[in-house]
Amino acid sequence: MRGRYIVALAVLTAGAFICPAAGSRPRLDSWAQNARGRYLVIVGDCAACHTTEWGEPFAGDKPVPTPFGTVYSANITPDEETGIGAWTDAEFLRAMRHGISADGSRLYPAFPYPWFTRVTREDLLAIRAYLDTLEPVHSVERENELAWPMSWRFLVSGWNLLYLDSGAFEPDPELTAEQNRGAYLVQGPGHCGACHTPKSWMGGPQRDQAYAGNALQNWFAAKLDGDETSGLGAWSEQDIVEYLRTGSNGFAFAGGLMQEVVEKSTSRMRQSDLEAIAAYLKTLPPGEDTGGDGDDTAVAAAEQFPEGHRVYVDNCIGCHGYEGEGLPDVFPPLDGRATVLSPNATSLIHAVLRGISEASTEARPTRIRMPGFAWKLSDEQVAAVVNYVRNAWGNHASTVDASAVAEIREATSAG
Amino acid sequence: MVKHRSADVVLVGFGQSASLLAQELTETGLEVLALERGGPRRTSEEFAIPWVQDELRFAIRNELFEQPHRTTVSFRHNARQRSLPMRHLGSFNPGTGVGGAAVHWNGQHWRFLPHDFELRSRTVEQYGAGFIPDDMTIQDWGVTYAELEPWYDKFDYICGVSGQAGNLRGEIQAGGNPFEGPRSRPYPLPPLKRDLLSTMFDRAAIEVGDHPFPGPASNTSKPYKNAYGVQMGACTYCGFCEWHGCGNYSKASPQTTILPVLLEKPNFACRTHAAVTRINLDSTGTRAVSVNYVDMQGEEHEQPGDLIIVSAYATHNVHLLLVSGIGRPYDPRSGKGVVGRNYAYQTVSSVDVFTHENLNPFMGAGALGQIVDDYNSGNFDHGRHGFIGGGYIASWTTGQRPIGQMVIPHDAPGWGSGWKRAAKENYLRGTSLATHGSSMAYRDAYLDLDPAYRDVYGNPLLRVTFDFHENDLKMSDFLTRQLTAIARAMKPRAYHANPVARHYSIVPYQTTHNTGGAIMGNDPETSVVNRYLQCWDVPNLFVVGASAFPQNAGYNPNGTVGALSLWAADAIRSRYLKSPGPLVQA
Repeated sequence: MRGRYIVALAVLTAGAFICPAAGSRPRLDSWAQNARGRYLVIVGDCAACHTTEWGEPFAGDKPVPTPFGTVYSANITPDEETGIGAWTDAEFLRAMRHGISADGSRLYPAFPYPWFTRVTREDLLAIRAYLDTLEPVHSVERENELAWPMSWRFLVSGWNLLYLDSGAFEPDPELTAEQNRGAYLVQGPGHCGACHTPKSWMGGPQRDQAYAGNALQNWFAAKLDGDETSGLGAWSEQDIVEYLRTGSNGFAFAGGLMQEVVEKSTSRMRQSDLEAIAAYLKTLPPGEDTGGDGDDTAVAAAEQFPEGHRVYVDNCIGCHGYEGEGLPDVFPPLDGRATVLSPNATSLIHAVLRGISEASTEARPTRIRMPGFAWKLSDEQVAAVVNYVRNAWGNHASTVDASAVAEIREATSAG
Repeated sequence: MVKHRSADVVLVGFGQSASLLAQELTETGLEVLALERGGPRRTSEEFAIPWVQDELRFAIRNELFEQPHRTTVSFRHNARQRSLPMRHLGSFNPGTGVGGAAVHWNGQHWRFLPHDFELRSRTVEQYGAGFIPDDMTIQDWGVTYAELEPWYDKFDYICGVSGQAGNLRGEIQAGGNPFEGPRSRPYPLPPLKRDLLSTMFDRAAIEVGDHPFPGPASNTSKPYKNAYGVQMGACTYCGFCEWHGCGNYSKASPQTTILPVLLEKPNFACRTHAAVTRINLDSTGTRAVSVNYVDMQGEEHEQPGDLIIVSAYATHNVHLLLVSGIGRPYDPRSGKGVVGRNYAYQTVSSVDVFTHENLNPFMGAGALGQIVDDYNSGNFDHGRHGFIGGGYIASWTTGQRPIGQMVIPHDAPGWGSGWKRAAKENYLRGTSLATHGSSMAYRDAYLDLDPAYRDVYGNPLLRVTFDFHENDLKMSDFLTRQLTAIARAMKPRAYHANPVARHYSIVPYQTTHNTGGAIMGNDPETSVVNRYLQCWDVPNLFVVGASAFPQNAGYNPNGTVGALSLWAADAIRSRYLKSPGPLVQA
């Protein structure tokens, strides 16, 4: 009963904000604080990394792929031995803010402490209080599979010097209270930049290019800046809220890694928080212009990419339409859409090869899925159709070649 | 034997009826468990485009159907013959797997007429008791059209049916079926786009004085969001409805209308590859306590439940009652007993038409076509024709699949260069128009257990004893004549009528519209379940599906199966759960 669960949650969280802030020490009987923590755990989508499919909630052991190897997530249930039950609040706060474990060892920044450092002390303690209410699960710890020198944990302190900008969130006096609330959620518990901000060769966030989009796990986390075509410039605040709440709006649907984020986190967030996030994101200026809204080049695109046009007509028009117009509310349009026009075509290539599912939310339960075409289209054909849709109708974006498709095909191959 | 924890409601089968019942009953907070003999099926995986448009795999090799090497029926025309088991599928294709036969149907989504539910009393009233042949055992349903209308309406809006209303709250609407029962609302979606054949048939039917209208289609003409919030795409007219799952989210099936919501509910579970073999009663024989099922490894399980609902395919519902010893088995000699009584089918014929025009028949949908309903049920005077029943006449353009639906002249060679020439000349310019007639119930048409043959679980096979009767042959020939008149008015190059065979053959495919055997009614002497589909003898057992039809009307059954399921679900929710016990006193 998802509906009932949401209602219950709404009641709980409403309660959380009319009660005075709980004391500094989490108490198991602190109902309001637990409820607040439970909500923040949803906002932070902690389950995405700390709960394995079919596993016990928050017992960790989920493989988290990074460019340097696989990190296994920690057990954050209150088990004394293998979880965080024996941790003091100070140790918990230090882990969340500085990435240092209770035993003093360095945590890898796959754990997004560079973002959680922005979360207020009250909110961090509420998260702790909620985690303390979970059923303790005794788990088996697994060694990370990292290549040297990343396997040397102490090196992370050097990384922190370069990339960790610790300190709680400071409201920006230029922004409204709502925009600041959004900024807090985006920069803090929501840790949107963990995926959407470009990374250096050491995996550190390039804060000067915040939210300019970032390739990871063979997807491209979209630009969230004000760019008109490849960012959120053309989206209204309402469009952003609808996307986060339902998983889809007229512009895009949440697929790839964002599917899970919407299902487990944003679709369960409070409407006012989604509105705050939207209000904040709309304050971001356009970044570097990487895509463009060209002239009507339909004829040119078909001439320029005749093979892509053929592949498109044979495989895509049933759902996306001859003119890339899609089917309202069911199959997404391709004309003028951010995913198609992204400066980085990784997500588009990935979707064509392997298919893509939309999120299933209370508002849109169906989880419509586009089938993959890897089995029938060659690398050349995928490149051709990707280039065609990126330059057909009103679209204009850079082209890709077959070797880029081959790389993603290889990286996403199940076998 | 693995014994499981008891569930509040246990559903046998997980097709159309079961998914509606599960969706409605989980709303009360009850824990509902469905046991499905086949496997799981999802639109995005098992029906992914273009894998699903594979005629060889699905229509010829029968991937979605019951597997006769596991369970099948035996057949004979009459009690004098020895029954033999069907080792291949023949005149009907029951489904297996999640969604059941509602996965592979065409989407021809009908309501029966008010007349159909009161067939015996209206016939007696209009033509006298003597009009009904002595061996014909038709009876009233115990429920009326007016009572079912809200549930027909709800099911229409669950499925996103495309069509043109002909009777809105008693007002006849232009362009719809003027003979239909009153609808409380228009169809949720407008009719499908007409193809050339529909236009030609429409013109010809009007010319001969009939009243054609677009067939009611559970194929969406537009994107749709149903009452449960489930989204459907618009039909692309790919022509692979029948025998195939829909990969486009546009043919109504449990997958496209209910499961995205139902499967998320924490108080619902479905166990697949769980073939139910028996319903166990307590020592008094008046309470069902559990069902036994066999899993894929052949291991036997017992699943207890407070409320047990048999909602498998019609013939399986009857089979399960018979092997479980529930209800008195029907005895054709004495006419006593009820389980297996009033088995009926459908009486169909066709006219092949070869046009001058290119029809592009590969662009189709399972329920795309024009219909004439002037000769169905009580829509015309039967007095001078001397038969009961009727049917509709249709120009369905379901997609003319290349292997199975090639229409070539009946006298063309069956193979070689002559066949190829005929196929080339006629594939684009040939079609088959259909009549779809009722099937009355007779004393000697029934279901029982076969004395000799058993299924893979060791249960006796269900034995079908059935043949066409004079009344139904007359009815069908009458329909064939009406259809031929329309075919002629289409001014084709040639046409050829294929009237119904004088004896039923279970070998060539006709329809998967088997009905009866566990029929509903107001009298426990002549029905297995009461008007709420509750078993007279075992009040915590409901038997839902086309097995409840006292005889079969001249329409495809699924619209009525859906409405009856919702009607039963409502009776359970609003009455049975408050006071478990018989809803009708015998």
